[in-house]
Amino acid sequence: MSYTLEGKTGPWEIVVGLEVHAQVISNSKLFSGAATAFGAEPNSQVSFIDAGFPGMLPTINEVCIAQAVRTGLGLKAEINLWSRFDRKNYFYADLPQGYQISQFAHPIVGKGEIEVTLADGSTKMIGITRLHLEQDAGKSIHDQHPSKSFIDLNRSGVALMEIVSEPDMRSPEEAGAYLTKLRQILRYLGTCDGNMDEGSMRADVNVSVRKAGEEFRTRCEVKNVNSIRFVMQAVEAEALRQIEVWESGGTVDQETRLFDTARGITRSMRSKEDAHDYRYFPDPDLPPLVLEQSWVDAIKASLPELPDERRARYLALGLTPYDVHVLTLEKETAVFFETVAKGRDAKLAANWVTGDFFAALNRLKRDISDPPVTAEHLGELLDLVSDNTVSGSLAKQVFEAMIETGKAPGVIVEERGLKQVTDTGAIEKVIAEVMAANEGKVAEYRSGKDKLFGFFVGQTMKASGGKANPAMVNELLKKMLA
Amino acid sequence: MSVDTAAIRRIAKLARIHVEEEALPGLAAEFNGILQWIEQLQQVDTSGVEPMAGGGATALRWRQDEVTDGGQAEKVLANAPDREGEYFAVPKVVE
Repeated sequence: MSYTLEGKTGPWEIVVGLEVHAQVISNSKLFSGAATAFGAEPNSQVSFIDAGFPGMLPTINEVCIAQAVRTGLGLKAEINLWSRFDRKNYFYADLPQGYQISQFAHPIVGKGEIEVTLADGSTKMIGITRLHLEQDAGKSIHDQHPSKSFIDLNRSGVALMEIVSEPDMRSPEEAGAYLTKLRQILRYLGTCDGNMDEGSMRADVNVSVRKAGEEFRTRCEVKNVNSIRFVMQAVEAEALRQIEVWESGGTVDQETRLFDTARGITRSMRSKEDAHDYRYFPDPDLPPLVLEQSWVDAIKASLPELPDERRARYLALGLTPYDVHVLTLEKETAVFFETVAKGRDAKLAANWVTGDFFAALNRLKRDISDPPVTAEHLGELLDLVSDNTVSGSLAKQVFEAMIETGKAPGVIVEERGLKQVTDTGAIEKVIAEVMAANEGKVAEYRSGKDKLFGFFVGQTMKASGGKANPAMVNELLKKMLA
Repeated sequence: MSVDTAAIRRIAKLARIHVEEEALPGLAAEFNGILQWIEQLQQVDTSGVEPMAGGGATALRWRQDEVTDGGQAEKVLANAPDREGEYFAVPKVVE
């Protein structure tokens, strides 16, 4: 059943396309040698090029080009060996050049696609229209002074990839799934950190509504939405607004709007009517960007494993779809899991990572990049379980001790005497003691009260301090009680 | 193709250039002169000639991804009409 919103005149379908601005991971800026690091002192990472001083000439950063190509290949997109930079002209205080160097007519990357997985397990292909390189603007700070805005140009000139989707999404969920998947791919590729809090990934959301079977109606663009949750909310809020406009006999005007996260509504940016006349023209400072096919092929050969491929490989290992999903969501989690699983039983490793380890992360409010137990140590613990040095329940105790002490599991097992008892004689001795202390129950059991077996198992485990191998306890008890 | 005074007024506004009303017809005439010259150029037969982006270099020169610039906030701010600490200060612009 496809997603619709109910209006007074019946159901409405929604149509969504996203333009995502993703900051390229590079040391220096797209056209200048100033640094790109986040959080530096204001205007400390600004060259005269970024500040729009007269007479300065831009020179392109080869890593930014490679990152755009890498991203294009990760999106299974066409790479254009010939592309060109244009000037997008507008005036704003954080754009000192008076234009943004962008790619309008000839982007570096053409059509591609992303497969998204939805909550019901179904998948859908979302088309990518294009990806182009452009400069980021500086940062305006409006809340520090009653009558002035402050401008920091550290971000001015940092490379951005603008990734434009086809209007292929039909629900807030699909928009959220697309953004989640795109961010996952960028992180796997190492081309953008995807950190929406710091603004290194931002989305412009294009929304329109229509009745089933209609052509597209007029769309509105909701600018600069900075979290996946807000994108999903903005889609619904804007669609509901448009439905109300159409149903009250009005028409939707194509315009740029902002999402008010506090009130959950979109509102018009009261921009001048000519704000969108950007008068693009080829940047005369910059000859065309020409790539060698062999250079593109070398990048293609060096691409890391992407989320879809990794998921297929994990499924082939026999992991459950749920485990595969949570293990591949973040590249760091997958790397952690693979270190734990290396040379070991993949299912056992997945159970531990998604079970006790994730629980510990949540409880301690830690991140996979700062794990309370290293992947190497967790792997060693699995070895101790596999070779019966510790039982499953003892392993949980050892795991907790690893979190507390940071020590290797082998060391903890030695120090605390947690080694599983697998010596037949020792277990028999404990069982004999338990039987001697419970002569009445032994008699009951032997006269047919089978249910008491569990009682003996429990007593024996308790008497051994939890260290007796449970399988051996079961086996020996059966013999000795017979 | 030709432009009228309304087009000139709009172009000036987009470029944030103040033009007196009485200067508009003269500018329109100059613009139309340039456009006529372009139209004249377009009469040249260019069939079979690849479109080109410029007459100089045919491809961009690439530089390595190294931090070689920055760390000069004072110089960058030196010509600012107004500043607050290490920030440029401009009349408040809020959308």
